[in-house]
Amino acid sequence: MDSSQLLSITTFTYLASAFLYLFVFVFRVPKLGIVATLSAVFGFLMETAGLGLRWVESYQMGIGHAPLSNMYESVIFYAWVIVGFYLAIEFIYKNRTIGAFAMPFGAFAMAWASFSTQVTKQINPLVPALQSNWLLAHVITCFIGYAAFAVACGLGIMYLLKNTKKDAGEGTLLGSLPPLRVIDDITHKTILFGFLWLSAGIITGAIWANSAWGTYWSWDPKETWSLITWFIYAFALHARFTRGWGGTRIAWITVVGFLSVVFTYYGVNFLLSGLHSYGSN
Amino acid sequence: MEKKQSTVWDTIWDFFASVKLALFVLFALAITSIIGTIVPQKEQAVVYIQKYGPAMARIFELLDIPDMYNSWWFVALLSLFSLNLTICSLERLPNVWRFITADNLRTEPERLAKMALRRRFTSALSPTEAAAEVEAVMGAAGWKAQRAEAEGGIVLFSGKGAWTRLGVYIVHISMLVIFVGAIIGSVWGYKAFVMLPERSYTDQVYAQGTNQAIKLPFQLVCERFDLTYYPNGAPKEYRSQLKVFDNGQEVLAKSIVVNDPLQYRGITMYQASYQGYEEFLVTLADKNSGESETLRLRPGQKQQWNKAGLTVGIVKVAGTQSLSSYQLRLWIDDEQGEPSVFWLDSTQTASVARPAATYQVSSKQYFATGLQVVKDPGVWTVYIGCTLMLLGLLVAFFLSHRRLWVYIDSDNGTTRVLLAGVANKNKAGFENNFEALAESLQENSKLQLGKE
Ligand code: HEM
Repeated sequence: MDSSQLLSITTFTYLASAFLYLFVFVFRVPKLGIVATLSAVFGFLMETAGLGLRWVESYQMGIGHAPLSNMYESVIFYAWVIVGFYLAIEFIYKNRTIGAFAMPFGAFAMAWASFSTQVTKQINPLVPALQSNWLLAHVITCFIGYAAFAVACGLGIMYLLKNTKKDAGEGTLLGSLPPLRVIDDITHKTILFGFLWLSAGIITGAIWANSAWGTYWSWDPKETWSLITWFIYAFALHARFTRGWGGTRIAWITVVGFLSVVFTYYGVNFLLSGLHSYGSN
Repeated sequence: MEKKQSTVWDTIWDFFASVKLALFVLFALAITSIIGTIVPQKEQAVVYIQKYGPAMARIFELLDIPDMYNSWWFVALLSLFSLNLTICSLERLPNVWRFITADNLRTEPERLAKMALRRRFTSALSPTEAAAEVEAVMGAAGWKAQRAEAEGGIVLFSGKGAWTRLGVYIVHISMLVIFVGAIIGSVWGYKAFVMLPERSYTDQVYAQGTNQAIKLPFQLVCERFDLTYYPNGAPKEYRSQLKVFDNGQEVLAKSIVVNDPLQYRGITMYQASYQGYEEFLVTLADKNSGESETLRLRPGQKQQWNKAGLTVGIVKVAGTQSLSSYQLRLWIDDEQGEPSVFWLDSTQTASVARPAATYQVSSKQYFATGLQVVKDPGVWTVYIGCTLMLLGLLVAFFLSHRRLWVYIDSDNGTTRVLLAGVANKNKAGFENNFEALAESLQENSKLQLGKE
């Protein structure tokens, strides 16, 4: 068994799990919920093993480094964090409907990394600029933040959906979602969590840039977009704390913020150019 | 100051203290920052004319778009951001400080009776005895209480984390600290570059952008540069062996790689690039005497090692285009018999026997190392700001100010106990603490609490 097999299993398990969560939600068959959860947990364990094995394999190839060095590795790590983060939420809030909105993000990230022709899956040696522990810290912190924002976006969509019919009764589709107040609260906590990690991600990235090039900030497109994302969520936090924004408006900001996250990663690598273009193949 | 007398000055102050302005500035920064990620930055004027046409290029020039992050309007936006942050914080800090230092023992019982978290009991003990017991129970639960007599009753108060109300301000100040660091760096620092060939020295570097010469307060020597590759041909390491001479004395030697620079007297040398020449360094070592010499040779050129009476030349070079691997056809003559002529591989050390001595011969390509030379006295200020920001965010998001009161009085001979509490954040977590405390009060056998 090698890491690519484990990661393929992960991809299919995540897709199946996302499908199950959606199925359970749409057709209101809570009995199947446990199957969705178990498949998510199974996929998560498979991916954990796959990432670990890929790490080991890189050492066997004599170019050992943590599996966080290129587009493929960072996107599957992203999927790993999203699913881990979601499972934690499911465990804390004991609610599976969120899975229908969060799990698809993890499954999509994993599937895109696996099937897209834009990414190579090879384990490559680290070029000199990438040989830094600050870079590792940077990738990990950023992706934890981005994963939280993906989940927040799922929650935001959930809020907007439920908000279309506030008085949906117990037995209806939207009625099975948590109360608006609860969704809003979880969204807010998720944004706080993500904002903290994104801040840490931008800072560790700046420290890395300074140790490699002697400039902690050079306004290259990737840096700038991560800052734009940061401004968007800072805006959301302030609007909430000081102007009492909540509900629909914050839900929309989670969607906009997540689009900015996607652009920071996908858009900058494939549509713009800059220092970070190492990830583009 | 009273509202009625509001002057122009107050209006201006209120404008800069408003959170609406903060929201506007955050929004404006997010939107305008996009421009510089789409329009290429710091290109020559012709590039913009070619790409966007003369009319658009003219507009770009007016608005400083080609260097927008240093443009007057973007800097103005950042200044507005800082001013907003400063004034907003100045406006609010005094209130927060009053809150933190407030004497909570003087909170009126009527307010306690209206708090969201509250519990009423009766006790068989006298108020004084009950207060002592409650105080003990609170202390055991980690809520060390202060005590005061008030309006015919006894107040116990215990608060935790009042200082956490400062978290938000730490975050805001941290941003100002980062800006100060950035300004220090741009006023008193520089970024420069130098191409330093192996076995040479310099005390001059060239400013980025202007190419102006900057004199270093020391001399920098590059002893050697090495480039290594992975088996698949990707570069593995760029390594420069550097030495620093200060006043003619060698003070520092370090071999630097990308991500591990050399620092001396506040100036940092980063491995940034390199240049390979079609020249070679050929090293000869006399096996017996241990003496050695390195000669810099171009193909087709001869040089002498006088002390050993040797003449060395490169007849021919074979190898890859980039010279990542090569072979030299070397020619060595000591005027004692036929010269030695042989192939030497880039990775190889050859042993050459001559009548007078045996020499170990090795070679490497001749390089210049490209060093980014940076003086940035503001970096540590920026890093302190970053640390403060993370600490501040942790405090602001996850720590809360929790306050607990117990008010005990007597009503027609019955002792009444009111437990009340409030937290500014993480209310659910605090509620659990509150419930736990209420339960341990109730379970206390001496207090003999009953529900009112
Ligand atoms: C991107 C920059 C900014 C960041 C990251 C930031 C961060 C924060 C954070 C984390 C909070 C904490 C909310 C809480 O948990 O209680 C907060 C609150 C606040 N911020 Fe900012 N801030 C920024 C810019 C500004 C600016 C420019 C102003 C200027 C007016 C400002 C004014 C405030 C105010 C008034 C509060 C509410 C304090 C309170 O009600 O206790 N912020 N900010």
